[in-house]
Amino acid sequence: MTAHLSPQLTVMAADTDGINGVALAVLIVLFLLVTVAGFMATRFKRAESMESLEEWGLGGRTFGTWITWFLLGGDLYTAYTFVAVPAAMFATGAVAGFFAVPYTIVLYPIIFVFMARLWSVSHRHGYVTPADFVRGRYDDRGLSLAVAITGFVATMPYIALQLVGIQAVLEVAGLGGGDNIVAKDAPLFIAFAVLAAYTYSSGLRAPAVIAFVKDILIYIVIIVAVIYLPGQVGGWEAIFGAAEDKMAANNAAAAEAGLPQSSSFVPGSGAFWAYATLALGSAMALFMYPHSVTASLSSNSRNTIRRNASILPAYSFVLGLLALLGWVAIAAGTQPIGLDGEPNAQLVIPQLFEDMFPSWFAGVAFAAIAIGALVPAAIMSIAAANTFSRNIYKEWLKKDATPAQEAKVSKLMSLLVKAFALVFVLTLDKQNAINFQLLGGIWIMQTFPAVVFSLFTRWFHRYGLLLGWAVGMVYGTIEAYQVVNPATGKHFGGSTALIPGIGEMGYIAVTAFVLNVVVAVVVTAIMQAMKVSNGQDETIPFDYFADADDPRVQKDLAAHDAEDATDARAPHHEADGDLPGGATSR
Amino acid sequence: MSLGHTPPPRPGPEVPPTDKRKMALAAVLLAIPVVALLWVPSYARVEPELWGFPFFFWYQFVWVFICSSLTYTAFRLTLSARGKTTHKAGEDR
Repeated sequence: MTAHLSPQLTVMAADTDGINGVALAVLIVLFLLVTVAGFMATRFKRAESMESLEEWGLGGRTFGTWITWFLLGGDLYTAYTFVAVPAAMFATGAVAGFFAVPYTIVLYPIIFVFMARLWSVSHRHGYVTPADFVRGRYDDRGLSLAVAITGFVATMPYIALQLVGIQAVLEVAGLGGGDNIVAKDAPLFIAFAVLAAYTYSSGLRAPAVIAFVKDILIYIVIIVAVIYLPGQVGGWEAIFGAAEDKMAANNAAAAEAGLPQSSSFVPGSGAFWAYATLALGSAMALFMYPHSVTASLSSNSRNTIRRNASILPAYSFVLGLLALLGWVAIAAGTQPIGLDGEPNAQLVIPQLFEDMFPSWFAGVAFAAIAIGALVPAAIMSIAAANTFSRNIYKEWLKKDATPAQEAKVSKLMSLLVKAFALVFVLTLDKQNAINFQLLGGIWIMQTFPAVVFSLFTRWFHRYGLLLGWAVGMVYGTIEAYQVVNPATGKHFGGSTALIPGIGEMGYIAVTAFVLNVVVAVVVTAIMQAMKVSNGQDETIPFDYFADADDPRVQKDLAAHDAEDATDARAPHHEADGDLPGGATSR
Repeated sequence: MSLGHTPPPRPGPEVPPTDKRKMALAAVLLAIPVVALLWVPSYARVEPELWGFPFFFWYQFVWVFICSSLTYTAFRLTLSARGKTTHKAGEDR
């Protein structure tokens, strides 16, 4: 790297402690704009009735390539990502932060392979969640419940983290200070109550519309920042130089204190496995989350998601630039200090914008992050609610629930989920939300074999998949618990641990996944030898290739609906809650 | 929603006719970025720099574009591999 030192600019904003009036005004105006858009969203690709999960929870499966691009972009690249990735770069460097770039690149070839099949089979059978598919593939309520609960539990802390993203912005804007607990958290309350209201009324259409605003704001803010800021702090050479110096100084200090040297400028040979497994594991896990599946299934054709696999990387490019803003902040001498006077790396991006830009543009950046939290929070709460109403309420509590009842339960659940996230963030230490989210990533990956392998083969036995899942969950949780933060001495201090047999640090989710698959294979072999039934498969090979406009699908659905109509009067037949005309026949 | 009962048998081929060679080629194209980016030792270094960016960083940015064009090519390949059945011309499947 460069030998000459960068001119360290120390920018001390005069108004760090007070309320930034202009920025706040811009933030509020943009927030009001998306609120109106959120309520108006019911008119977007208007349906005859919103009273079904197909409409409320999947937007009627009508979103084309560009809407899906905005929706998935808004869904996957969350506010928390925008806050946490640069914060990790700022604090400990490339291994902890920049892995997000290879992660969001290898993501797309992976989903290209299986997402079209999941779309088709879900379209044919009206599946709304991955657990629905598992239920249909094996007719096994236990395995389906395992997938559903994992998805639900892993999503909860993720929603909470979106609030952490909003909090970071509000804190830098000067709101949320003081000792009065009501005044302190009132802005967050209001933001979330408004979000809950329009999600309740508009369903998935609300985040689909807001995602346009969010993504456009994010692109503008980051492009402007990346063009303007480097010149202000001495250019990219100076930025990388400052980062290299800081990481070296961090490691020297850690060595002196007898702690592991965990900072990195460019990953050293000890971090190769960690970097690669973090990227791969995160990529495999991301589309197991209910919110990613919801956004994908809302597209109007099996090819929409594949076409998107080649245009969504645009967001990955922006994410990479954003990660580097964490290092721009090092060169700029940004001091991310919370309203409580403590340093907090999570505040580095909002603080950088407040220090370096005119107030109005800082307001636009704050709005981009805050609105960026609303889109994923809405989709996540919808997806978690769908999972609850489909795979827990209808499956276990009220088998004869009608689509309207399902939608009602989902809508109420979406409120409850958000309320829970709010309580979680306000009452518990923020660190808990982060720890649970790390744990959630490890957990959700354990559903990969049951969902993705089953899309291609029924070789795996349902009990093998269930046992593999259980082993992966237990192993992953124990390993994560044993990671102790050397500075604070607390458990769940990170998501990497030694990989047994390889002796390198790696992402715990991947190790647990390998164990999961091994158990699944062994148990499957045993079950096959013992000739234990592998359940009833309600899908046929053609289902995995069906498209919306496939003439055969139309024909078969007509036949299917006729059969359902006859069946509806037959008392022996379990009512399956299909709407006349079928959820799938549009 | 048809959880809980088996759909009626349907006419026609179960799996659409597929050009296996094109699908295999698409699979290779999709595997390339995964292998390249997980092979961290091949790019975890500082030199050569580009516009002040260490190699490690600009190399991964370049892969955003390579990966995007590879998935797009794979997409076209899968379309043409299954494109010549009962469908109207130009219709995706």
